[in-house]
Amino acid sequence: MDQALASRGRTVNVRSAQTGVWALLPGALSLAVLLTLMGGALAAIFSVAPPIRPMAILQDPYIGKVVRWQAILSATLSVGLALPVARALARRDQFPGRTLLVTFLGLPVVMPVIVAVLGLVAVYGKSGLINTWVAYLGGEITLPLYGLTGILMAHVFFNLPLAVRLLLPAWQTIPEESWKLASSLGLSSRLLLRLIEWPAVSPFLPGVCLIVFLLCFTSFAVVLTLGGGPASTTIEVAIYQSLRYDFDPAQAAMLALIQFVLCTSIALILIKWIPVLANSSGRRIDARHRPDLKNPIGRTVDITLILTTACFLFIPVLAVFTQGIRGPITSVISNPDLWWAVLRSLLIALGATATACGLALGLALSARFLRFSLRMHRVSEILILMGSLSLAIPAMIIGTGLFIVLLQAGALDRGTLLVICAVNALMILPYLIRSIAPTLMRSAQQYDQLCAQLGLRGWPRFRVVDWPAIRRPIGFSLGLGGALSFGDMGVAALFDTQGDTTLPVLLFHQMGAYRFDEASVTAVILMLLSVSLFWLIDRSIGR
Amino acid sequence: MFLKLDDVEFSLGQWRLQVSLCLEQGQCLALIGPSGAGKSTLLSLIAGFETPSRGSIRINGDTVNQLDPASRPVTMMFQENNLFNHLSLYDNIALGCHPGLKLNSSDKDRIHIAMTATELTAIATRLPADVSGGERQRAALARCLVQHRPLLLLDEPFASLDPRLRHQMHALVDSLRKANELTVIVVTHLPTEISPLAGTTAFMHDGRLLEYGPTAELLAKPQHAELTRYLKFTQAHYTPDF
Repeated sequence: MDQALASRGRTVNVRSAQTGVWALLPGALSLAVLLTLMGGALAAIFSVAPPIRPMAILQDPYIGKVVRWQAILSATLSVGLALPVARALARRDQFPGRTLLVTFLGLPVVMPVIVAVLGLVAVYGKSGLINTWVAYLGGEITLPLYGLTGILMAHVFFNLPLAVRLLLPAWQTIPEESWKLASSLGLSSRLLLRLIEWPAVSPFLPGVCLIVFLLCFTSFAVVLTLGGGPASTTIEVAIYQSLRYDFDPAQAAMLALIQFVLCTSIALILIKWIPVLANSSGRRIDARHRPDLKNPIGRTVDITLILTTACFLFIPVLAVFTQGIRGPITSVISNPDLWWAVLRSLLIALGATATACGLALGLALSARFLRFSLRMHRVSEILILMGSLSLAIPAMIIGTGLFIVLLQAGALDRGTLLVICAVNALMILPYLIRSIAPTLMRSAQQYDQLCAQLGLRGWPRFRVVDWPAIRRPIGFSLGLGGALSFGDMGVAALFDTQGDTTLPVLLFHQMGAYRFDEASVTAVILMLLSVSLFWLIDRSIGR
Repeated sequence: MFLKLDDVEFSLGQWRLQVSLCLEQGQCLALIGPSGAGKSTLLSLIAGFETPSRGSIRINGDTVNQLDPASRPVTMMFQENNLFNHLSLYDNIALGCHPGLKLNSSDKDRIHIAMTATELTAIATRLPADVSGGERQRAALARCLVQHRPLLLLDEPFASLDPRLRHQMHALVDSLRKANELTVIVVTHLPTEISPLAGTTAFMHDGRLLEYGPTAELLAKPQHAELTRYLKFTQAHYTPDF
């Protein structure tokens, strides 16, 4: 009996829970905001788009080209290259600087896309580092950076580190005893891969491939800047072009609808693999007993792979910095447009983080109440899932829908910043809710009875018990969200018709006008401000 | 009668708990029985974490069925998670005075008295993770004291401590009970160990109180085969003096 009670979690008196039905209000409000924004955007798209036939979409050669070449190639290259790098990092768990390198593998995730693109241009472009070095030696290399090659490079730059970080936990699931057994059996490196590593890694692969594919499929800033024609475009860029150049909302709505159908389908398939990816063993990778650790060929291969990856990731970042520092700093920072753009980006970032924080707290607190006080587990899970809905609906779709809403309301010139802010808040929300909801649930499991007994409820409970538990994850996620919103170029570019230019869009304009020296300075400012914003939010809230 | 459970029923699926029980003020009752007998559920019903489907729970003459846990004259110590890990021992104890930690001078006096009684003054500022298991449980006990609630429910809070510390904690509970006229119900799997503290013992089996009586008598002459079987598998060699 006691076990039966324990298995359903600690519960508090339902009668007392009923008196706290106010606890459902924050969740209801958050849900209303979410549904209004996303539902409103989708409704606007449906109202404008011509009817679509699913089979026609799948057979459309344009869609086929987008999916077949750009996204599939990018995903295959990123994950294919990530596998040996992850194996090398897992095998060399003792080398100096490994922790730092793994931490820095997260850099491309938070780095403004447009800055990374500038970094790639600075290294692989016509006047880039590589060409300069080769010319110094008397040779010449022409890398077709604008087009599919550049897009693939940029996508590998962003997604290889992500895939490595997602794959590394697979090695954590291998128990130390397996390596000891392999040592006693004298297994070769090839057999280790086949008998021990592949069975551990393969369950992770479909999920990682789908995530990377989804990111490449919905890529915007990379394709917009390095695109070079319709052969390697994405639907996101096509939506942007429909609205910005053709001013055809119906065409944009139809594309957004196609994107919605495809992304939702991919997200539905992805749900199956999310638990695998999220199910970390919590063990540290311990490769001490691997029998192939001392193999000199393996060691050379691993070190080469790790160093090449580090160079591939860090040289573009360093190139932006060095070019920025040597650029026309005075003329760039004396331009008032820059500071207006900084202010707009800052307002968007702070507004988005504050909104996302309110929505996430509302959903998570009400979900906890539903789960532990009303024992409505399924409803609680659905409420949390609603917070992650924007993962399946890319920012460009919501942005397009809200663009149509503003257009129809004749308020395109007034609501721009608000809409960019709202869309960014929706994009941050899934990360935020995933970081605080489990902590709040754990806190309830641990302390609900104690709180009930001490009469700790409402604001005092939040202040004394919940806030200390969530302030670290919330500080980190908000910092990350703030930095991402500050550097986001997707929806901001879509609304860049009313003069409300943000800092990333200003950088894009400078690059488009081939003012790369100014762009480098702007990029450094963008990067420094993004990092400072992350640091400030994380420090002020999380510590 | 200080505590009166009148035909209290609680169901969970097919399983049913059905109990009637009376306790005088200042009495200490040991609740024994195999796992799944319903001991913790019974404490949860008295504390207000569960609601009975039938019957009444009366404390000091008042029916408390409708009251939430914080409003009942009851305080309970669990096997674990009795303290908030991010708060100092002092703050954990102070929560017993005011849930928002807004303390007046009388609250501070109460805390000081409770900390002195549980010998925690020297480590008041430490976090639960930085003190021993016994000190953590003493802090939880100190909070129960500042709450000034006459009924103390102990759901095996000392089970994870070593025998010496358990003995010390039982002695402390006994002295606090006598000094503050507390009524105590303690769930245990070690009836002989608790016998000097608990004058009365009740044996629960499958949601029912099968036997109830003076501890020494109940342990020496069990009436039911279930109790005999239970005692056979329970350590019965430790009889400390308080």
